Amino acid sequence: MTKEEVEAIAHLARLHLEPDEIERMRGELAAILEHFGALAAADTEGVAPMTHAVPMDLRLRPDVVAPSLPVQDAVGGAPEKAGELFVVPAVIT
Amino acid sequence: MIEWLGVGETARRIASGETRAIDVTEAFLARIAALDGKVGAYLAVAGDTARMQAEGIDRMRANNVPLPALAGVPIALKDVLVTRGLATTAASKILAGWIPPYDATVVEKLHAAGAIVLGKLNCDEFAMGSSTENSAYHKTHNPWDLARVPGGSSGGSSAAVAAGLCAASLGTDTGGSIRQPAALCGVVGVKPTYGRVSRHGVVAFASSLDQVGPLARTVGDAALVLETIAGFDPRDSTSLDAPVPKYRDALVGDIRGLRVGLPHEYFAADLDADVRAALERTKQALADRGAELIEIALPHTHLALPAYYLVAPAEASSNLARYDGVRYGARAEAGSLIEMYERSRGAGFGAEVKRRIMLGTYALRSGYYDQYYKKAQQVRALIKRDFDKAFQHVDVILTPTTPAPAFPFGAKSSPLDMYLADVFTLSCNLAGLPGASVPCGLTPGGLPIGAQLLGKALDEPTLLRAAAAIEAAVGLGDARPRGLPS
Repeated sequence: MTKEEVEAIAHLARLHLEPDEIERMRGELAAILEHFGALAAADTEGVAPMTHAVPMDLRLRPDVVAPSLPVQDAVGGAPEKAGELFVVPAVIT
Repeated sequence: MIEWLGVGETARRIASGETRAIDVTEAFLARIAALDGKVGAYLAVAGDTARMQAEGIDRMRANNVPLPALAGVPIALKDVLVTRGLATTAASKILAGWIPPYDATVVEKLHAAGAIVLGKLNCDEFAMGSSTENSAYHKTHNPWDLARVPGGSSGGSSAAVAAGLCAASLGTDTGGSIRQPAALCGVVGVKPTYGRVSRHGVVAFASSLDQVGPLARTVGDAALVLETIAGFDPRDSTSLDAPVPKYRDALVGDIRGLRVGLPHEYFAADLDADVRAALERTKQALADRGAELIEIALPHTHLALPAYYLVAPAEASSNLARYDGVRYGARAEAGSLIEMYERSRGAGFGAEVKRRIMLGTYALRSGYYDQYYKKAQQVRALIKRDFDKAFQHVDVILTPTTPAPAFPFGAKSSPLDMYLADVFTLSCNLAGLPGASVPCGLTPGGLPIGAQLLGKALDEPTLLRAAAAIEAAVGLGDARPRGLPS
């Protein structure tokens, strides 16, 4: 796995990695993926992928308003807030 | 000593008036203050609120208000269960100082049952690991040998129960995180059927695999706690709408005619000799009590590890996207929004969490989905089919919980070595089945060994009945961890 490949995945994951972390990740991810090569050999022709542990349909609930978290509680843990709003760095500059 | 009475007996004594709830809570708080410096099970002790809850139970009793099932029983929680007003970190720096505004459903249920919440327990960061060494805060030591790990990820939950620092605890199990630490610390751990216990308010790791369950010193205590936390929850879209049996009623002691499956894939040549010997004694004890031992095959077992380590990190990479420095937790200052995300996550997550986010993102990215994630889900279906076939012939499956007893700190030097510690517990989560680990003896050196039982979906009663038989025949009895005063 190349340094550029690791950097591209890290960016997709929105994860800053230091240069030594990138180097370590190259080796570790390659070793793990190599070990997972056994999967490729498994015969899965015609097998439907199992997305959940038990078969289930999405449940619908009646379309009525129910109590939910008060806004002040919901924003209470934010590192930066203004009244009822989360504050983030400027998106458009 | 009050700290060793267990869940059922403590509840009985408080209900009968033999003991006050506040005295029980004070005894546990004193033991935590005296010993947790050595064990390191707790991340936070909620002494003041625990005392208030205990005094409330004593007032109820004084006023002749009927007491609920767990009234006055001190229980502690893995720190991935959110608790209103009590810091919840998932053992990660990225959530340092976060005070949740609500309780997880399982926490609400414990409160409603009168249980006392003693505090929050250490674990691997975001429940990712098998030794609790991945906690961003501190190590947890195995009470049976303080130089060894307690297992993980629910290592604080298993160590606290083993050391008598709570009557029982809750953990979570995504690939063995209740059963493996239970085995390494000589306690009982139950991973319920997927959907049996609500995940509302559980810090999510891999949503199709995560399940909450009890750790306790006896099968009866684990059954009692499971009865309290199980049940349908409209706030969890994967919750099963099925009645909750009285699990304690299943502990009848009679296992005559019980068909116990033995999958040869779990007894390979490289199995630790002490573990193998303990399992042989367990098999013999079950046969002596009238169970029928049946050889079975689970031919896709060798693919469980790669399938798990693709499915779980893929789901984790999605679930952990929410830790971005906006709504909760730590934020790193940066000029742009994207850079703020990247820096906050880079500074807040530890090495194993980053590794799994990277692995999951790799597996899910455009163009690789069929090769990795879809393939792993197909293999997952094959693993489930293996179990469906086996359960046509057997009622419960017996295996070792772990390939070896507790290992020393730092012994697993590569990520893959650590992943292999879970090799026997992963299939159960992939298939959504209930599983349990029950102590089945000690090594000559005095380390606990766990027997794993796997059951049919929603057949926790049979699982617990078999576990109780093992406990009675080859369990640890009154043996207590060395290295700690009893």
